[in-house]
Amino acid sequence: MMRTVVVAGHGMVGHRLVEALIGRDLQRQWRIVVLAEEARPAYDRVALSSYVDSWDAEALTLPPVADDRVELRLGDPCVRIDRRKRTVRTASGRRVRYDALVLATGSAPFVPPVPGHDLPGCYVYRTPEDLDAIRVAAQRAMQTTVAGRRSGVVVGGGLLGLEAAHALRQLGLSPHVVEIAPRLMPMQVDEGGGALLRRFIEGLGVRVYCGHATAAIEPDRGRMLVRLSDGTELDTDVVVFSAGVRPRDQLARDAGLPVGERGGVLVDASCRTCDDGIWAIGECAAVEGRCYGLVAPGYAMAEVVADRLLDGHATFPGADTATKLKLLGVDVASFGDAHATAEGALEVIHNDPVAGRYAKLVVSDDARTLLGGVLVGDAEAYGTLRALVGAVLPADPGALISPSGGELDAAALPAGAQVCSCHAVTVETIGTAVRDGATTVPALKACTKAGTGCGSCVPMLKKLLATHGVEQSKALCEHFTHSRAELFEIVAATRIRTFSELVAKHGTGRGCDICKPAVASILASLSGVLNPGSHILDGEQAALQDTNDHFLANLQRNGTYSVVPRVPGGEITPEKLIVLGEVARDFGLYTKITGGQRIDLFGARVEQLPAIWRRLVDAGFESGHAYGKALRTVKSCVGTDWCRYGVQDSVGLAIALELRYRGLRAPHKLKSGVSGCARECAEARSKDFGVIATETGWNLYVCGNGGFRPRHADLLVSDVDTQTLVRTIDRFLMFYVRTADRLQRTAPWLEELEGGLDHLRDVIVDDSLGICAELDTAMAAHVAGYSDEWRGVLEDPAKLARFTSFVNAPGVPDPTVEFVEERGQPTPAHRRPGQPVLIAGPTLTVVR
Amino acid sequence: MTAQLQRHWTAVCCYDDLVPERGVAALIDCVAVAVFRTHDGALHALSNMDPFSGASVLSRGIVGDREGRPTVASPIYKQVFELATGICLDDPSVSVPTYPARVSNGVVEVCSS
Ligand code: SRM
Ligand SMILES: Cc1cc2nc3c(=O)[nH]c(=O)nc-3n(C[C@H](O)[C@H](O)[C@H](O)COP(=O)(O)OP(=O)(O)OC[C@H]3O[C@@H](n4cnc5c(N)ncnc54)[C@H](O)[C@@H]3O)c2cc1C
Ligand code: SF4
Ligand code: FES
Repeated sequence: MMRTVVVAGHGMVGHRLVEALIGRDLQRQWRIVVLAEEARPAYDRVALSSYVDSWDAEALTLPPVADDRVELRLGDPCVRIDRRKRTVRTASGRRVRYDALVLATGSAPFVPPVPGHDLPGCYVYRTPEDLDAIRVAAQRAMQTTVAGRRSGVVVGGGLLGLEAAHALRQLGLSPHVVEIAPRLMPMQVDEGGGALLRRFIEGLGVRVYCGHATAAIEPDRGRMLVRLSDGTELDTDVVVFSAGVRPRDQLARDAGLPVGERGGVLVDASCRTCDDGIWAIGECAAVEGRCYGLVAPGYAMAEVVADRLLDGHATFPGADTATKLKLLGVDVASFGDAHATAEGALEVIHNDPVAGRYAKLVVSDDARTLLGGVLVGDAEAYGTLRALVGAVLPADPGALISPSGGELDAAALPAGAQVCSCHAVTVETIGTAVRDGATTVPALKACTKAGTGCGSCVPMLKKLLATHGVEQSKALCEHFTHSRAELFEIVAATRIRTFSELVAKHGTGRGCDICKPAVASILASLSGVLNPGSHILDGEQAALQDTNDHFLANLQRNGTYSVVPRVPGGEITPEKLIVLGEVARDFGLYTKITGGQRIDLFGARVEQLPAIWRRLVDAGFESGHAYGKALRTVKSCVGTDWCRYGVQDSVGLAIALELRYRGLRAPHKLKSGVSGCARECAEARSKDFGVIATETGWNLYVCGNGGFRPRHADLLVSDVDTQTLVRTIDRFLMFYVRTADRLQRTAPWLEELEGGLDHLRDVIVDDSLGICAELDTAMAAHVAGYSDEWRGVLEDPAKLARFTSFVNAPGVPDPTVEFVEERGQPTPAHRRPGQPVLIAGPTLTVVR
Repeated sequence: MTAQLQRHWTAVCCYDDLVPERGVAALIDCVAVAVFRTHDGALHALSNMDPFSGASVLSRGIVGDREGRPTVASPIYKQVFELATGICLDDPSVSVPTYPARVSNGVVEVCSS
């Protein structure tokens, strides 16, 4: 008979228990009933702040466990435990009998009882709903006309408080952080680290008040006034409390179970309460009296209970409370005994406020064993140092944290050192996985789970791969050992202008269908700067192009081509529509409206292309680059012109953007869209760059796509005017063109970009690399140098001469191209070698 | 008198009109043949029919080399064929017919029998 385990709470830890138990219960001993208070299934709370980038709660959802043994009841919390009958009651009145009950109810934000803490406008920071509410309040504040800057006060300067301050800034409020301790992040960093952190944070426009309590919050002319203990008064629109958490142990208290001194369901090292049918894990548990506010210890508790339910003997090993985060671009890390509480512990400190770097190592009294440390400003060494805690140091501690001696050898790590603390993966486990064939970071993630939590150990994984002699090859193909980005830099920096010269000087052999089009694309991307007025079919470059670029049309399955004229923004006059219809009729082409808001004419033979395009160019059409790794379309919705909800002229902007970037060659195709309001009818957030109108400007989203692996675009800048918008897109595109891999779209490019979206913003908004002027010049050259590729062909007899099916019989069409009629239009006759040609479509048109 | 197989050569185009490393298609006795001039000046002729897709397109593929052997990649699904032998290097069980080619008085000719 199957036994029933009831899990109260479907947070990160409850979910982990379900995963672990289902994964290991091979004899199907247990069925699991999960009672969840929240209406959504478990999600990644650690990544909650990223919700502000996308407002897409789906993106946070943890992978569900699909198994018939699991019953998940959302929105029906457990309200009572009857220990005698071994049942629980839910809010909806349901009674569930249990053989084992696991409390995983997490914790609740602590709101200090200051007067005014419950005013409208005061929030906590724990769920997507909290953030939704803060967003609405911020938006409301933006719309009021009261004088003064819109601002938000965060009560609490710990990890969460700083994340909340960042979120407020993204919502357009200027943030203030009030911390009662004398420094920020008092739990993680020491005085020296805190001082540097404060300088960084203030430099980013966040006002910091340390050593002050919040005395009162008062309503004040539609806004609020926050009074600090020293009398300081802060005008604010929003208050966010992030002053710590309290374990949610009420269920246990009501059931007469003991709780810890500072709250939390009291459990032993096996995570069991004094009632042997009841367990507690995650933030609600006080393991041997101690609560943990991080996810990794919670996961370890879940594993312990899963093991115990299956009659194992696991115990909670105590936890690594190490943290590393990048907040507003500042690295902060702390690990082990960061505050040097151990007997006789020594501190070795390197503090360089000018370079913005603070590092402290805590070592044993003989200075040989690492106990812990704090890093602020540069946490590069975190991965290695954390793994070394408890081990004998491979070098003098001072040398380890001095800026020059910082490079630590990953090979020096002991086998048992933990690489990934989120999933408790050791150096040894990684080594085994590598030997079993996992030779890339994605492969390691798949088989060990390392790197799939907070992600901070990914750089360490790369180093470990290197110590196992696994080279992450970036060679383009057998002819070049360089990556595309490296070839781009070579071409940009040298006078090399042809493939032959490039392969002779920097490669081997004669090239192939991988490197030739890649180099053709680089030459075309740079043509505005290096070679204005050139054409992609000039000279040797013609031979590098893929057939699509070579014939400026898209090859179809039967050897014919499709013709896609540009229809900027999808806006088209009746006259032009008529021309498209006439051309299609006169050349016998199949017509279809594409998914990109334009019209595709299919079935043209090579020798027909020039005549078709002469008609189109005469009517004012130009190439739509459907064939190129280049800008495709900028889709639009009707916006203010017609739509009753539109707040900006989305069609006008879409057309302007499409005309600006048309013809730009890139590592992969580029798509865009502009929506006139947040209803988002142009699907801008599924584009490489997408724009959504706001009341006062535009939001720019980048690095989205549909296709094989859909990804929603991330918010890069918000509420900017058109000029700023265009300048930001210019730089974004040029930076991508310069640094991406061959056939890498913007989404995977961003995912691989070290530092991610923040780094991207640093580079193209704050010019952290000092390359913005170059990017701007490159785009200006592209815009000035644009000319229609098809017009270029029609004006050049030598280029035109290539458009024949047969050189020795220019007038003869390819006899293998045959069509059948399908729904009133020509479509390719299905020709397979050795098989008869189908002469009628598979479905017959029925005439009524 | 010995019976001699009549070799039949068909003119394709002027040698100078062939762009190095870019093919052309020609009709040789009603059969489509792809003709290539490699960077070293050599000529190759093979069937224009891509056996994987059934489309007559090999002349439009990208010319290059694989470990030093001159090749063309089909523009449809990108399989690579060796120019000298017509063998598909990605699937050696597949090959396309090849034809002798020469230059005569500056004119490229392909032999069809
Ligand atoms: C014609 C069209 C389908 C249609 O009838 O609607 C189309 C047709 C092709 N798509 Fe597409 N895609 C078309 C819209 C889309 C869209 C929708 C959109 O743009 O809003 C998408 C998803 C959005 C996106 O790209 O993010 C789309 C995602 C793809 C992908 C997957 C890309 C990815 O990142 O995973 C490919 C494959 C690729 O590019 O490597 C692809 C590749 C192709 C190719 C080029 C495949 C090929 O090599 O033959 C098709 C030939 C086009 C042609 O004209 O011969 N097509 N394709 C659409 C042309 C739009 C246009 O006006 O230019
Ligand atoms: C913004 C933010 C950032 C964070 N960043 C980090 C970080 O970088 N690193 C890190 O390690 N940790 C971080 N944390 C902490 C981490 O999220 C928690 O440690 C972790 O979520 C705890 O998991 P849990 O399952 O114990 O609790 P929770 O995730 O809180 O889940 C508990 C669930 O139980 C539900 N529940 C409560 N009572 C009942 C009931 N009676 N019946 C049914 N359901 C109930 C709750 O609604 C909730 O859904 C962060 C937290 C926040 C809010
Ligand atoms: S979805 Fe596939 S079949 Fe359809 S157009 Fe795109 S690539 Fe071709
Ligand atoms: S340490 Fe968090 S994912 Fe590895």
